[in-house]
Amino acid sequence: MSAAASKPQDTVPRTRLVVDHATLHYQTRSGPLHALDNVSLDVREGEFLCIIGPSGCGKTTLLWSMAGLINLNGGAITLDGQRITRPNPEIAMIFQDANLLPWRTVEKNIQLPFELKRKAMDRPRINKLLERVGLGGFNDKYPRELSGGMQQRASIVRSLAVEPSILLMDEPFGALDAFTRDEMNLLVQEIWMETGKTIAFVTHSIPEAIFLADRIVVMSARPGRIAAIVDVDLPRPRRVEIQTEPEFIARVMDIKVMIDHQRGARADHSMIG
Amino acid sequence: MSEAANSVPNFNRKGSGDSGGMAGGLSASLGSGAARTSLEVFVIILVAVIIIGGAEFLLRWFEVPQYVLPTPSQIAVALVTEFPNYWPHLLVTLKELLVGFAIGASIGFVLAAVITQFPFVEKVVTPYILLLVTTPMLALVPLLILRFGFGSEPRIIAVALASGPMVMINAATGFRRVDRAKIALARSFGANTLQIFTKIRIPMAMPMIIVGLMVGSIFGLLTTVGAEMVGGAEGLGNRLTYYSSLIRMPQFFAVILILAMIGISIYVFFFWLGKKWASWEA
Repeated sequence: MSAAASKPQDTVPRTRLVVDHATLHYQTRSGPLHALDNVSLDVREGEFLCIIGPSGCGKTTLLWSMAGLINLNGGAITLDGQRITRPNPEIAMIFQDANLLPWRTVEKNIQLPFELKRKAMDRPRINKLLERVGLGGFNDKYPRELSGGMQQRASIVRSLAVEPSILLMDEPFGALDAFTRDEMNLLVQEIWMETGKTIAFVTHSIPEAIFLADRIVVMSARPGRIAAIVDVDLPRPRRVEIQTEPEFIARVMDIKVMIDHQRGARADHSMIG
Repeated sequence: MSEAANSVPNFNRKGSGDSGGMAGGLSASLGSGAARTSLEVFVIILVAVIIIGGAEFLLRWFEVPQYVLPTPSQIAVALVTEFPNYWPHLLVTLKELLVGFAIGASIGFVLAAVITQFPFVEKVVTPYILLLVTTPMLALVPLLILRFGFGSEPRIIAVALASGPMVMINAATGFRRVDRAKIALARSFGANTLQIFTKIRIPMAMPMIIVGLMVGSIFGLLTTVGAEMVGGAEGLGNRLTYYSSLIRMPQFFAVILILAMIGISIYVFFFWLGKKWASWEA
């Protein structure tokens, strides 16, 4: 893992996570719901991949499947060639709204994965990580004493603490205000550049996806399908201000057109049907 | 930028009155503890003096006979001087309450934990639990006495039957609060079913479990005393019938005072437990 990460940037990165014709449908009260329909994509070593789409397009379902939390009806997801059917220690998930346990302090929350694996936590390292995300000295605070952004910082530390090589982030900043969101995006970019982790990041914000991603997977809804994959070749580190530049806005418009087109096509289709 | 706004923690904990949201009424006075000002202490004592002193004064002024209502001072004298007479009965009542409650609460807790895992079983069992909750278990005591005699057994069984369903129904409400994301979180870190139960489900149900224990133990106390009044020759409930039949009202009220103390101790204990284990739920 570390040997691969230290490879020079110009070599072709190998593929880590492969989603191969993933299909998933739920039985709901109003009939079967086709959440994922033949979704195929791969996540490359060390890349920042964003998955974007309208709500209900199955992007969260896709991410949870990649984490081994949901089992598919058809197709397969593999990590380094090994099929994923349950959570894997190489992969850590960061959830919506931080998902801290409210009855545990910040430190006890970070300790949870270590308790589950019956391992001792490396406290100095955790303190360093907390300081890195700006939460130094907040070890004994309860989640309710922290702002939304700080809670998500703590949850990032909790996931980094188990030293995964892949981070799956499920709309982590969806509930935050725009300013905090910009800060968190900068922080995630920094962490990604410092650690070389592979990140798959689900969002419904087009600017957020363009700001963060090397590649953007655009999904369409019902059934959840991949509509397009877009490369983002903006230089790094990216500054918050690039979001106001014409080139950035043009990229946002391009993706917006793609999503609107998909929605329009679906509306037409349902009119006929 | 907005770094300042983001690094200022939002301390929505109010310092003193943070009761854990599980018990109204008394919580404000019990919860504030050290934060009480001397003025508040003065007013609390003043009100107590007015109520107790007023009762003493009015009962003497209107020359209410002792067999109707004894004065607070007579009750206090009866409580202190005859305490050795109540002591063995107090022990009997406490033993019946503790043993019955321990049995009932354990069964109730385990049933709640198991049954909520199987929604169909829960649907089948719930009406019977509701029946047990709503039926006064005191009604069964004469029957239990026929079967088990005048010892402690029928009362212990009645206490278990009264407190168990209370614990169960509240704990089940707690266990039913499934948070899919929190369970997924534990699973994503490799938790097994048992770990999800101990690390996620139990802590999440804890506020309701404690409410169930509190209500269940108070129901247990009522049932213990009631069952002792029905039959047998021991326990504080038996003393109540004994002293009232002899029209020894100061002693009668002294026993009631002891029962009230037990009730308040139970409340304070579970309130403390709630603060300790369930105060995260504001």
